[in-house]
Amino acid sequence: MSTARSRIVDLKDVTKKFGAVRALVGVNAHVDAGECLGLVGHNGAGKSTLMNVLAGTLSSDDGVITIHGQDLAAHYNVRQAHRNGIRCVFQELSLCPNLTVAENVRVLHTALKGVGWKQRARRLIRDKLEEIFPGHGISTDDVVGDLSIGKRQMVEIARAFTVTTEPLHLVILDEPTSSLDGITAKQLLKHVRKAVSKEQSCILISHLLGEVLDYSDRILVMKDGEVVAERPASEFTRDSLVAKMGTVIEEGSAKVEDPAHKVRGTTPLMVRAQDKYQETGVELLAYKGEIVGLAGLAGSGQTRTLIQIYDAAIKGKRTEKTAVEGPVALIAGDRQTDGIFPLWSISQNVCIRSLKRMVKGWMIDPAQEDAMAEKWKNKIKIKTMNMDDNILSLSGGNQQKALFARALGSDAEIVLMDDPMRGVDIGTKLEVYELIRTEADSGRTFLWNTTEMEELNNCDYVYIFSEGKIVSELARDDLTEEKVLRSSFEKGN
Amino acid sequence: MILKGPALERLFKKPWIWSYLGTLIVWLITVSFTKGQGAGDIITAALSFATFTVIVGLGQMFVITTGPGNIDLSIPANIALSGAVTMKIMDGTNDMLVVGFLVAMGCGLLVGIFNYSLIRILKIPPIIATLSSSFLVLSTAIAYGRGLKVKPPPFLADFTTEMVYGVPMLALVVIGLAFGLSVVLHRTLYGRSVLAIGQNMRAARLAGINVERIRFATYVLSGLLASLCGLALAGFSGGASLNMGEEYLLASIAVVVIGGTSVAGGRANVPGIWGASLFMFLLVTMLNTLGASGGVRLIMTGLIIIAVITAAGGEKQQH
Repeated sequence: MSTARSRIVDLKDVTKKFGAVRALVGVNAHVDAGECLGLVGHNGAGKSTLMNVLAGTLSSDDGVITIHGQDLAAHYNVRQAHRNGIRCVFQELSLCPNLTVAENVRVLHTALKGVGWKQRARRLIRDKLEEIFPGHGISTDDVVGDLSIGKRQMVEIARAFTVTTEPLHLVILDEPTSSLDGITAKQLLKHVRKAVSKEQSCILISHLLGEVLDYSDRILVMKDGEVVAERPASEFTRDSLVAKMGTVIEEGSAKVEDPAHKVRGTTPLMVRAQDKYQETGVELLAYKGEIVGLAGLAGSGQTRTLIQIYDAAIKGKRTEKTAVEGPVALIAGDRQTDGIFPLWSISQNVCIRSLKRMVKGWMIDPAQEDAMAEKWKNKIKIKTMNMDDNILSLSGGNQQKALFARALGSDAEIVLMDDPMRGVDIGTKLEVYELIRTEADSGRTFLWNTTEMEELNNCDYVYIFSEGKIVSELARDDLTEEKVLRSSFEKGN
Repeated sequence: MILKGPALERLFKKPWIWSYLGTLIVWLITVSFTKGQGAGDIITAALSFATFTVIVGLGQMFVITTGPGNIDLSIPANIALSGAVTMKIMDGTNDMLVVGFLVAMGCGLLVGIFNYSLIRILKIPPIIATLSSSFLVLSTAIAYGRGLKVKPPPFLADFTTEMVYGVPMLALVVIGLAFGLSVVLHRTLYGRSVLAIGQNMRAARLAGINVERIRFATYVLSGLLASLCGLALAGFSGGASLNMGEEYLLASIAVVVIGGTSVAGGRANVPGIWGASLFMFLLVTMLNTLGASGGVRLIMTGLIIIAVITAAGGEKQQH
């Protein structure tokens, strides 16, 4: 095995167990200088675990970790990883929300010290943000907690690419585009190629197989904690990747055909809403049994509108701008801050929204709780041995499934979805699309904020947001990617 | 050791076990020093006095569990107010017993509402809101309770000092109260909501929980329990005094923390409140018995509390 390029990382027989769950079963992998390695697999296949081991945030149970030719497995940790130029952009963002963008840069770079460190930190991150995401609209003095999830992700990515005294050889990008809209995602992927051309390396994890196919040099497919395939990207197709991952999907099945060819307005109106700050323009309407898409660049007011509808429904407050008929449930995309209860079991997390109907006399009936947990474990296929295990024992995608179960298992007639498919693999996505379609056919109404075209194809009707306002509407038959993009950049009136 | 293997291991994972273990050790040291003399009396005394700490500790536990920043510092003032007001109204006779009890609950309700209003309407952080309300409440108690000391009604005095086979009656009642609140915490909508809010307030709101209503109920609950404590304490100690609540400010917080409730919110522990209250009392008793001077006693109390919290806090954050 001669290598023309220098090898940065070499993993041999790396294993990791969490209790009874074998997250990694003897993984072999390597990364060379100047290549982008794609990593794909279903939720819970072990991708994030493997990257955590590589980044030093989890220690492996067994195996050899060789970095720049040195075996470091015995005492490998985050400091070691950084010293060896390995950085990681985690799926669960790792910035300190109470600090500014510049201060967060200082957290990573201990070399920024002495008089004027803040100025240097500002310049460092500003230049990098400009380089990767021109027109990003982030100030270096913004407090991270105030930024939208997309902007936080941009800061996190830009920070990973900044260099002070420690070298930079490898950046791990775990689902980097899941919180970004189409434009910024492209900017990032372009930057990845540029970094690779400068002999830096990247590991790209994504559920968007197109991204991985187009921007990686080599692709690793993981399944059940093992590497099941490894080939140059050019030798894979979308179908062969999916087949290796272990799901068979028929060509074009992501696009659901319109079953009953619903006529808009024949069912009762469930939601009427206009953005709080919108003077004129399009009004969002959702009729019973419809799936309504909210499209546009990330952070253009979609989330705010969903929350506005949610609040109106909860408080029974009907204003000129918002009217909601019926109970609502919300599925958050930012599950760490808006979704999960980290101290609770999976079962408790699923049932919280439905406890009201499980009350007998004064008390919650545990039998009904167990029944609901078990039902949804099977229905939405949550990958766990025991629903009484802590929610954090699940992989990111499975945590998201639990949130779906919470909303779909509730009495809500209207389900608001705030970009809920972040970090969810393609197999699961298709299952969930199917589920949403079935639920809609039986009379539930869905409002779906998404930045992915594939998901908009599942909608009956789409509203497009730009700069905080709804700028246009498209019926399913008129929906094309080009139209959505054009409207996304339209100036709000 | 009779327990072995997994059962024992599971027992040691319970966050409340440390406070009971501490209680046992402290008791053993005290008793061995007195060569077994008064071993039973010490337990009886501990149960008597711990009871009052438990009552306010339970309220404080619910407040702290609703999440970071939530705390009730008005407990001592509340105790003083309800003690003073009820003693004066009942005026040493059994006739007004029911009215007195209702007035005590009324005091608690009002203090709770007042606390929450400051927090909610004026947007003052709970630590400041409840501290400033405690000055107002205490001033009211001083203005109202000026004058002679009124004896408690005979029934109340008897009830709070009654013994059943060497166990204080009041302690039995409060054990029942703790059990009831434990059920409330884990098996009712209100309790689940408190735990949810404490973990993630935003997620709780988005999961359909009326966050503000729950916080309101929690501050009122704490107010009610503090007033109940004031009533019982006045009966127990033969009348109300304005400073009888003083020691319960730190004690109510300490027993919550030592008892294994998470200061960050979302995880509460009812049995631990009892264990910690007994521990706190016996700790002082032990130091007294050993003849420690006032200064040494304070230093030792502080150090031992730190030691217990360190041991109990060994439980790792799950990630």
